[in-house]
Amino acid sequence: MMPFWPEYAVMILGMGMVTFVPRWLPLIFLSRRQLPEWLVDWLDFIPVAILSALLAPLLLTSGTVPHLDFGRAELFAAVPTFVVACWTRSLGGTVLAGMLVFWLIRLYWPV
Amino acid sequence: MQQALSPSLLRRGLAAAWPICLGYLPIGMALGVLGQKAGLHPLAIGFMSLIVFAGSSQFIAVSMISSGMPVLTIVLTTFVVNLRHLLMSSALAIPFRGRRRSLLTLFAYGVTDESFAVNYPKLIEGNWQIEHALVVNHAANLTWIVSTIAGGYGGQYIPEGAFGIDYALIAMFICLLIFQLRGRIYLFTALIAGTLAVALSLMLPGNWHIILASMLAASLGTLIKQRCGRSSK
Repeated sequence: MMPFWPEYAVMILGMGMVTFVPRWLPLIFLSRRQLPEWLVDWLDFIPVAILSALLAPLLLTSGTVPHLDFGRAELFAAVPTFVVACWTRSLGGTVLAGMLVFWLIRLYWPV
Repeated sequence: MQQALSPSLLRRGLAAAWPICLGYLPIGMALGVLGQKAGLHPLAIGFMSLIVFAGSSQFIAVSMISSGMPVLTIVLTTFVVNLRHLLMSSALAIPFRGRRRSLLTLFAYGVTDESFAVNYPKLIEGNWQIEHALVVNHAANLTWIVSTIAGGYGGQYIPEGAFGIDYALIAMFICLLIFQLRGRIYLFTALIAGTLAVALSLMLPGNWHIILASMLAASLGTLIKQRCGRSSK
């Protein structure tokens, strides 16, 4: 079913706007102010918290209605990937090593 | 500071960006395939990638289009799914203090989970300017647009999961998380955020688990830091 083109364009512009504004407002307004120390501390913890909050469900849950799953290939591959990341501290190296391990796990050990 | 696109700027930016591009390739192609199945022309998908540039919300939008959801519902869902970028842009405001509004506006367009995770630690370390970060954003953006269009034209002929490429972004997140563990409080914050995110993802729709878990964990981290700071004085 092909959506009607003008309606599609309006939808995309709407999606673009509601995505852009939250990306834009803090950059414009917070970068012009002297922020209180607690807020600077809080914002400094945001990256580590977001990364962990993005990653953990990818490794530990599965399904369109998510449920806990400790048997995913993503989780098994994460262990050697963590080790390589700690050991080499190289982003590119870790990405390639993670891909290799994940590929091998899925080839030889269909979880 | 006149720092037009010098070769070294471009080289350093691309050296930081390639893991993102590698990860976007299979995801973008997959989106293109799904979009085509939903009846969208590859260029219509490319238009979405250009204007919205936010992977997970685009997947959700395509599936909502194919099930005939109303436009307003799709737009509101996109808003909720992408609200987490508000937190990232807030964190980025600190290294970008006092930079020109036009540059910040251009930068805002390219704030994604991936570019944020790559740029933020480099900006904090120093020796990484908004110009470098913009190269990362736009390399990722270009890869995303091209791979979604390519997926729409011929993605179904590519074998799924070849060379483990669909693990690229997870491996990148793992490595960047480790870079961010700069002390015990950070490790604690990460553990709390991960646990909360898993628990909340089982209960809440959309991406609320990411937003709530990271805000709660960052608050706990801040509280502990301020307590420890005060008691040691």
